[in-house]
Amino acid sequence: MSLWLTILAMGAITFLLRASFVLPGERLRLPPLFRRALRFVPVAVLTALIVPMALAPSGTLDFSWRNPWLAGMLAALLIACATRRTLLAMLLSFAVYSLWRWGPQFF
Amino acid sequence: MTEAASLRAGVLAMLPLMLGVLPFGLIFGTLAISSGLTPWQGMGMSALVFAGSAQFIALSLLAAGTSIPVLLATTLVINLRHVLYSATVQPGVAHWPRRWRWLLSFMLTDELFAVFSVRLQHEGGSEAMRWYLLGNGLAMYGTWLLATLAGIVLGQQIPDLSQWGLEFAMVATFAAIVGTQLHDRAMLAAALAAGAAALLLRGMPYKLDLILAALAGIVAGLLAENSTTARVVEAKP
Repeated sequence: MSLWLTILAMGAITFLLRASFVLPGERLRLPPLFRRALRFVPVAVLTALIVPMALAPSGTLDFSWRNPWLAGMLAALLIACATRRTLLAMLLSFAVYSLWRWGPQFF
Repeated sequence: MTEAASLRAGVLAMLPLMLGVLPFGLIFGTLAISSGLTPWQGMGMSALVFAGSAQFIALSLLAAGTSIPVLLATTLVINLRHVLYSATVQPGVAHWPRRWRWLLSFMLTDELFAVFSVRLQHEGGSEAMRWYLLGNGLAMYGTWLLATLAGIVLGQQIPDLSQWGLEFAMVATFAAIVGTQLHDRAMLAAALAAGAAALLLRGMPYKLDLILAALAGIVAGLLAENSTTARVVEAKP
């Protein structure tokens, strides 16, 4: 029983954090500087999530050109930046990752 | 777009990330059982908490016999980044009816934020965006529940997905989304600062490295924007 209460409390905490700004709705007016800062949140958070995954896939830094995570991430970034086409960038990035990861055993 | 078309677009946009969370849901289901949860409790955690990293850490804390207050405090700190997500989408959805804001609040995972917030910033919070959000949310929630269920039912017999490269789906998708946003110097500065900070700070407990790196990126973006604006103003007679 107490485990169910714990699960419920975890759910409530997570919900309240996610609802913190969204639920107050129009009663909440964000100051201009704050709004300007928000423009950068998606890029900043997503980059912060993937860079350690790509540059240290097994925990230690791996800057080598043989690192498939790094090659795949750079491919996605460059193709998306040049073409503005997300889906194309993802597919080609998967292709680069696969080639780097499984290609060497065929050559 | 009709409501159905927006809903479908929302589901489709989530496809690669659905592949990406599949292995994590499977592993969570398996670990929930081996950590002593009943199948219902394992499903209940995925259905009520719906936050991958917090759920994994809860399992390891429960297995280690950590006290409940510590477990809940850990949940709070690990999920603090969601406050940043909530603030980011606020201006776009403030005028939405309450039930849609409740839905968004429940569904606001890392993956949904990645896809939804960028589109919201570009297209604004139209009515079609609500159905797009519903598509995003249903796709992610459904995948998470089904993957957890599969992990619980199949247990140790689950195929080893770790060699399939599915974890790369998250990097591919997030990098592609970031790439489309790098159209001005300030955005580039934000990305470079956030990436560098995340590398330097990696391994901090409770995902604090992620929050600090995001803040570094935001500050760098604002500073770069200010210096660009200053130069434009100076150039004007």
